[in-house]
Amino acid sequence: MATSPWWASESFWRKTAIWVTGVSLVVLILLTFDSMRQITAGSKRVPAYSAINYRIEYKFDEKRYVQVPVRGIKEPLFGKELSEQEAEALVAKGKMTIQAKNCINCHTLLGNGAYFAPDLTKSWLDPYWGSKETREQLMVDFIKDPSNKLHNALGRRMPNLGVTDEEARGVVAFLKWMSTIDTNGFPYNFKSMQQEN
Amino acid sequence: MATTGVLDSANLNGGQKLAAKYFIAAMILFGAQLLFGLLAGLQYLEPDFLFGVLDFNVNRMVHINALVVWLLYGFLGSVYWLLEDEAGHPVVGLPLGNLVFWVLTTAVAVVVLVFLLAQAGPGEMSTIWFINEGREYIEAPRWADIGIVVSVLVFFYNVAATFTKGRYTGIGGVLVMDLLALFGLYLAGMFYVTNVSIDQYWWWWVIHLWVEATWEVMVGVIMAYGLMKTLGVRRRIVETWLYIEVALMFGSGILGLGHHYFWIGTPEYWLTIGGFFSALEPIPLVAMVVHAVFDAGVNKIKNSNHPTMAWLIAHAFGNFFGAGVWGFMHTLPQINLYTHGTQWTASHGHLAFFGAYATINIAFFYLAMQKWRGNVWMEDALPGNGWKWKWALGLLSMGTVGMTMAMLVSGYEQSQIERAIEGSTWAGYFVAQAHPWFVQGMWWREAFGLMTAAGYALLVWDLLTIGRGEQRPMVDVQDKLTVLSGRASATAIGAT
Repeated sequence: MATSPWWASESFWRKTAIWVTGVSLVVLILLTFDSMRQITAGSKRVPAYSAINYRIEYKFDEKRYVQVPVRGIKEPLFGKELSEQEAEALVAKGKMTIQAKNCINCHTLLGNGAYFAPDLTKSWLDPYWGSKETREQLMVDFIKDPSNKLHNALGRRMPNLGVTDEEARGVVAFLKWMSTIDTNGFPYNFKSMQQEN
Repeated sequence: MATTGVLDSANLNGGQKLAAKYFIAAMILFGAQLLFGLLAGLQYLEPDFLFGVLDFNVNRMVHINALVVWLLYGFLGSVYWLLEDEAGHPVVGLPLGNLVFWVLTTAVAVVVLVFLLAQAGPGEMSTIWFINEGREYIEAPRWADIGIVVSVLVFFYNVAATFTKGRYTGIGGVLVMDLLALFGLYLAGMFYVTNVSIDQYWWWWVIHLWVEATWEVMVGVIMAYGLMKTLGVRRRIVETWLYIEVALMFGSGILGLGHHYFWIGTPEYWLTIGGFFSALEPIPLVAMVVHAVFDAGVNKIKNSNHPTMAWLIAHAFGNFFGAGVWGFMHTLPQINLYTHGTQWTASHGHLAFFGAYATINIAFFYLAMQKWRGNVWMEDALPGNGWKWKWALGLLSMGTVGMTMAMLVSGYEQSQIERAIEGSTWAGYFVAQAHPWFVQGMWWREAFGLMTAAGYALLVWDLLTIGRGEQRPMVDVQDKLTVLSGRASATAIGAT
């Protein structure tokens, strides 16, 4: 093994491994800076938390050929308009509750999580809640005490997780805010509830 | 002098004694993974089973966390197993390494107990610190995160210092760099943020860059050592292959991360980048199959440990099919739009984790038992013709493949009915969940889960008994090679 061709030599592949890894990492870091800019709350793709003061619609975009969230008329959550700070505090309460109650090991958020219960990405817009007049209260009531309410014909139920009224309102705020995120058309073909008056 | 045919720790070097502890803990956690997986699987069929006592989210959390921890324990053990041999130096800081094992294991036990007994807490920071972080795969509360970081720092020090005081082989160099990346990435999962897009962005740095990059390189390292040990493949060959694998793995896997950034709010360019690079991800796995099978063939499959060799080959194919083929099937965004968040992912997850990681850990468990019992014979003509290890391999593999296929059927049905037709509403989700094709998949999954569990039971029994009372010594693979072909090259093993 005195001489091996360059393509079979250890040192060539060692250098290649180092270079490929280094370049990939640099590209990933550069893209991460750009992605962070584009997904900070208040950006075009990920709206500010005060978006919960508005009606959220999910409409087909002819140009992109996918559905995208669209901010509609003013329609404050729980009938009370919140400042950016107040909205963020409420959404944060909801996000913290979603983590503390381990929601992601039954549900998916943006499609990530477990598959035992429905995806929550557009749950704010789900026709299950009937009409926009009843939705907020139904959601709060359901989250606080779900186990004896109608779920489905399978008998699969959500357990009572001891969610307080404040936490449940936070969760609803979080879900409404999450429905404003531009997810490149996921979930596809989602059939939103009727929200027009 | 060490005895033959009985478990005697005098047969092991310092690092290997510690490795044995990690392996035992890993096997126990493997059992926990299967148990809680079966419970969660049963809840798909009988929703009232343990409702309000151990709900699905608790069982599923323990299922996936036991998985992650037992695989990591297997890796830590495997590294301690090969460390002294590879570095040519006793493990530096072994007492500290032992202490860390007990601290880490106690922490794992406490976390599991809290998961089972406390389960959830109020929507406050205190829950995230002490009960449950509520982020899939890395649910361990923050106090445990910090404990894990301290433990792995000690582990990293032990490994790096041992190589530094001994010698840095190619395997050693790749291993140290990989561990640095693997542990560094864990930090990306240790903060709370309200913005769910940013949360998931960094969460995937941990999850993806672990299982589709640094863990893959880790098993490349373990495989390289395993092939040298069992087949007597020359170091120059395994190390050249290792560099090729690192280049292909990181070259595709680092930007392949983009396939998790299709639908979480991240910009559209990830659709292209993620699709392209993740489509390349199977390539290094093909390389690993070629490497393992070619080397085995060149050596006429003469090896010193049949169970280990069989599990290494199972790893090569399992990694390619589970991670490579099953991953590729739904990685392009045009498909993933319909499969993301369905049983497709679970199907892929089961075959990939088993094929890529469980198999190679089990291979090392057999390597450990062989040496622990005094370097005994572990080839053909074992008592009962080695039926236990063969059946364990068969049942575990077929059980996992069966679960994978069952969930794939359910996943296809979900993609079609829940996603494409019904549009992922609550009602659409349950229409799909109630469909006979879906339900049938869940029944088959549970049945094959039981088969997997039977394979596990047999594996435990075999590991406890293989080589017991064996008086025939291991025939060193290098002698065999010399006999086989008279090749002088066999003596080059161990030399760079």
